[in-house]
Amino acid sequence: MQSAPEKSDLNAAGFRAAILDPVREKPATVEGPRGKQAVKRFNVYRNNVTVSLINALADIFPAVMRITGETLFRDMAREFVRAHPPVSPLLFLYGHDFPAFIEHFEHARRMPYLADVARVERAWLTAYHAADLEPLDPQALAKIAPEDLEGAMFKPHPATGLIRSPYAAFDIFDANRNRETIGRIDVTRPQDVLVTRPGMDVTVTGLPQGHGAFFASLIAGDCLGDAAEAGARASSAFDINEAIGGMFATGAFLSVTTEQT
Amino acid sequence: MTPTSLNHGASAARPPAAGTFRFAAHTARIPALAGVGFKHTHLDAILADPDPVGFVEVHAENYMGDGGFPHRALERVRQDFPLSLHGVCMSIGGPQPLSEDHLARFKALVDRYEPALVSEHLAWSTHDEVFMNDLLPLPYTEETLNHVCSHIDRMQDVIGRQMLLENPSTYVVFENSTLNETDFIREIVRRTGCGLLLDVNNVFVSATNHGFSPMSYLMDYPMEHVGEIHLAGHAVQEDDEGEPLLIDSHDAPVADSVWDLYSIVIRQSGPIPTLVEWDSDLPDWPILRAEAAAADRILDEAAHSFLMGKSHAVGA
Repeated sequence: MQSAPEKSDLNAAGFRAAILDPVREKPATVEGPRGKQAVKRFNVYRNNVTVSLINALADIFPAVMRITGETLFRDMAREFVRAHPPVSPLLFLYGHDFPAFIEHFEHARRMPYLADVARVERAWLTAYHAADLEPLDPQALAKIAPEDLEGAMFKPHPATGLIRSPYAAFDIFDANRNRETIGRIDVTRPQDVLVTRPGMDVTVTGLPQGHGAFFASLIAGDCLGDAAEAGARASSAFDINEAIGGMFATGAFLSVTTEQT
Repeated sequence: MTPTSLNHGASAARPPAAGTFRFAAHTARIPALAGVGFKHTHLDAILADPDPVGFVEVHAENYMGDGGFPHRALERVRQDFPLSLHGVCMSIGGPQPLSEDHLARFKALVDRYEPALVSEHLAWSTHDEVFMNDLLPLPYTEETLNHVCSHIDRMQDVIGRQMLLENPSTYVVFENSTLNETDFIREIVRRTGCGLLLDVNNVFVSATNHGFSPMSYLMDYPMEHVGEIHLAGHAVQEDDEGEPLLIDSHDAPVADSVWDLYSIVIRQSGPIPTLVEWDSDLPDWPILRAEAAAADRILDEAAHSFLMGKSHAVGA
């Protein structure tokens, strides 16, 4: 049934349209008390909304802000907030589109690694809030018959995130999150970054050569044999035993199944 | 003054209590003491303080993740303190139906943490899926009254208990408003049976911004339904005419004028659980603790005079 929108719906729609658009006039029904103006008054809401969302992004992406400096970060975040306001009241879910936005932000073009650093930071927050589940116990592999091992498939832990970067995303993230002074970083060194949370603390690991391809294959649902092949194709230095050790040391997986079960 | 739990027959659906909470579920009365907004940076200090605060309050949305440190911290603090669960994003004041997903998340928190108090705002924040992360104002009309009441009915049905509704701080008014705020709030209470969270700072902020007397607002306010009081700091800006415009910033100590107003409320109505909110530019623990202690002194004085037989002087 089609019906005319109620007055209160028009009011909310007008408010919402004007709040995130700085050139639009305040809604007509909004005024100051006893005939007072309401331009500055309405701008309090504009400012509250915009600044609080920019601050939310600054909290989620501190390494990105340290790299860009606060002014550039806030300019970038302000544009993002207006173009992509949150669609959930849970702000810890906000900013999944921010890395892609950074990639196309003109003033960040001379920092092509920035988007991947943002991807690591977004994965960090996802891991921080992920469900409290015990990662897969290494003993689980011992219970699998040797001939079934190649076909074993692993379910990722809900905290697990993998960022495969053509830049030194791990070194840049680590230096800007965890170090007071930042030494020289060869930003052109490709790095794969694994984010996990085996207990309460989020763990960010820079992966050895070939392990990124291996983990990506497992996370995509491939069996262990295929993942090992992917790792070996990616790097001649790939060592399957070391890679399996990494699966358990990082707590990246939750459970295992074999094709037989 | 303490809200009693609505009997919706939902108690059978509640999961078994963890048995680790020093203070019992919401059916117990919360003491009329001062509490603080809980921030993770204060966790160790709160637990170690030899003079514990009366209760802690958290913003519900911060604990709507699946797991991790936030739940660990809240579980720990809930072992030692009564809890007030304060929703910020339900968008009760908006025209569209409440989000069933958000209601389910809120109910899960109520079931898990057994808060002594549950509250939300007379404001809105979501429209057409877009979440604006602020407590936005609404016109006071018969139409918005119907929306708000049906939203509160829905929320109380889902969580199976009474909620408290907080009065807003506002910077603008609406030309189409036909009711004043206290009449609007009184009618909501009458229709829904909800209780009230009286934010004294919000009264002072709105009164200054709109040029009315905070005392006359309080005289009109249905004080007998208040289950909790909020105190917070505000910032001072200027309106379009260069006169003071107060901003509900929660980033500073409670202003002297707000303490004065709070004293009057407590002297008239008797002790009510009182929360000091401080949400940004967080102070070290002793500073926040001192704010709560200042509220406790006012509550103590009122408790003594009430023992001597005073009764409510402000009421409906």
